[in-house]
Amino acid sequence: MSETKNFMYLNRRAPYGTVYAWESLEVVLIGAAFEQNVSLAFIGDGIYQLLKGQNTTELGIKNFSPTYNALGDYDVNKIYVEKESLDARGLTVADLLPLVYEDADEDYAEKDSIRVVTAAELAEIIDQQDVVLSF
Amino acid sequence: MGIEVNGKTYETDEEGYLANLSEWNPEVGSAMAKLDNCDLTESHWEVINFLREYYEEYQIAPAVRVLTKAIGKKLGPDKGNSKYLYELFPYGPGKQACKYAGLPKPTGCV
Amino acid sequence: MAMLHTVNKSPFERDALETCLRLAAKGSSVLFIEDGVYGAMKGTSFSTTLSNAMKDKTFYVLGPDLKARGVDASRLIDGIKVVDYAGFVDLTVKHEKVSAWV
Repeated sequence: MSETKNFMYLNRRAPYGTVYAWESLEVVLIGAAFEQNVSLAFIGDGIYQLLKGQNTTELGIKNFSPTYNALGDYDVNKIYVEKESLDARGLTVADLLPLVYEDADEDYAEKDSIRVVTAAELAEIIDQQDVVLSF
Repeated sequence: MGIEVNGKTYETDEEGYLANLSEWNPEVGSAMAKLDNCDLTESHWEVINFLREYYEEYQIAPAVRVLTKAIGKKLGPDKGNSKYLYELFPYGPGKQACKYAGLPKPTGCV
Repeated sequence: MAMLHTVNKSPFERDALETCLRLAAKGSSVLFIEDGVYGAMKGTSFSTTLSNAMKDKTFYVLGPDLKARGVDASRLIDGIKVVDYAGFVDLTVKHEKVSAWV
């Protein structure tokens, strides 16, 4: 791949009931090796993937919520959360993992990766993508 | 498959990665390295321990690019480069160091 | 170039249609396929939303999927166009970018 494309991953399902959330995260991490312009959107029940305080010990399965914190290391730092989906679930950004990245252009200052956007704003962002993958 | 260390057998997959991450101890790491004719030095352990800490925090083994950058940040630029890491782990710092660290193969590594 | 959005789930089972309508930009096209075709029917709890969305988006439905499910074209919301497989291909070519709301 020579030219850089805009890739967006839409995360639309809750984390442990189905395998979609983890599969999406794996694809994002693998895809990061191709150095494309990657962004993530969390929509609908996908919001639940980012909830703080997940603990799967009693389920006996892997808690992959800490892995979202690694996204900054993989240069994935545009993480959009749809406001309408947050509101519908009675959540605010304070309920979500505080995801950050280090901005190489500003002496590695730590910045928030999560941007809460309205459906109308997100629609525009999606429309500008070259590739949209829904999970 | 498995690897025997001090009379105990540890289950491994077909590529020699430890099946059960919680069973790991440094002796297992050293024994795996021996099978590859590799004697682990302080420098090797620095990377192996770093990988274990990274896994503990993020639940994944980092991609080589991410590992290199993070090692550089933690241990300095003379170690945070692929030349240094490939000299230590000629089969690839991701694959080889993760194996000795008892971790799965890095995500996306084939 | 406007985007083509495909919806393949019944709106009563999944939120694919609802989410797609909320997040598809003005001027884009939406194609119903597989179980998604139920969302194109008249008189459902989604048909008002859909009629509103038709003001700034174009809607299509895949004929073979309708036929298989016994849904006659007369039961579709007015203005939704039925396409065959060749029409599906034409749409994907015409739009260049496709987003599948699976």
